[in-house]
Amino acid sequence: MQIVEVDKNNFKEEVIDSKIPVLADFNADWCGPCRMLRPVLDEIASEHDDFKIVSINIDDEDELAREYFVSSIPCLVLFKNGEETSRSVGLRPKSEIENMLGGE
Amino acid sequence: MYDIIIIGAGPAGLTSAIYARRAMKKVLVLEKLSYGGQIINTLSIENYPASPNISGFDFATRLYNQAKDLGAEVKFEEVLKIGDGDIKKVVTSKNTYEAKSIILATGSQNRKLGLENEDSFISKGISYCATCDGAFYKGKDVAVVGGGNTALEDALYLSDIVNTVYLIHRRDEFRGEEASVNKLKLKENVKFIFNSNVTKLIGKDKLEKAEITTNNGDKSTILIDGLFIAIGRIPFNDSFKDIVNIDQNGYIIATEDCHTNIPGIFVAGDVRSKEVRQLVTAASDGAIAATEAIKFINNE
Repeated sequence: MQIVEVDKNNFKEEVIDSKIPVLADFNADWCGPCRMLRPVLDEIASEHDDFKIVSINIDDEDELAREYFVSSIPCLVLFKNGEETSRSVGLRPKSEIENMLGGE
Repeated sequence: MYDIIIIGAGPAGLTSAIYARRAMKKVLVLEKLSYGGQIINTLSIENYPASPNISGFDFATRLYNQAKDLGAEVKFEEVLKIGDGDIKKVVTSKNTYEAKSIILATGSQNRKLGLENEDSFISKGISYCATCDGAFYKGKDVAVVGGGNTALEDALYLSDIVNTVYLIHRRDEFRGEEASVNKLKLKENVKFIFNSNVTKLIGKDKLEKAEITTNNGDKSTILIDGLFIAIGRIPFNDSFKDIVNIDQNGYIIATEDCHTNIPGIFVAGDVRSKEVRQLVTAASDGAIAATEAIKFINNE
């Protein structure tokens, strides 16, 4: 599955109402570690259909960033049934992100 | 068997890889996280010769591609242990490799204050990178801890974004450049707190206050949304501190020739014991360490 770009207009539909778990990647263009992380997330997304990865640009979507207390990026927030179940801040190796997704 | 195994894919390690590949040596670069090292956190590099205004990410990506295009192998595995024999074993989280020589280019990580609840406030008010996280504190009150160049630059950067910056330093004089100190003194929203340490972090869901204790023991509390910690760095030496000599701060001891105490093991970049840690000196170390490693292999 490809990464879905999410903004405040489709956040509810893509994240809150999703039937499968959603990993939300809060990022920004100016954030080097975020740009490093993106290809890793692309790879994970392409290998899985049992969850969805979405990308949220915090410069465009500062309301969402505030709502979810994101104050450091890259920030990965895992949602299940619309609720946050875990979060990881900073650049992480692929294996650690996979553990976060599989370890629930 | 590799000619050279390079541990760390930051500017020092990747520069080593470029030099080693141009000498046709068989090279493996091992990296636990991502290529580029800490330079990827830099928004814009202003002091690298002939490359003004390149972003840290672009610099790292160009360097990585250059090393790969020259034929360096790069694997993303964490090194757990190295051996010091004639044939040097490198044990990672996934495999064991052998090489004629090793270049240690593992860099360093942020030093923490060491306060009890520091980790629980990370990304909820505690930050180690002002240029990464400063934008989240627009119009708010923040503090910077430290007295070196990083602390001064962080305070300057933040002063244009936030409402008030408290600059907390345990001494009454800064180690950092005077030019930066003078710029800070002209900023009306920067307040200096000298001879003091942050001794407690207070907050419910996120950081709200910090307790400051002066060197005389007087305590006070400041209301802040963010605390930027810039008190230096700690070298990554865990996997080999029992093999090579390190100094009292944990940096691997070597002179400008990048030789460690073990024949065939070299050190490059921020993890080396030295005075100036800059992008250009990391690249310089990389070139020297590779050249010395090549000499070592050819003489065996």
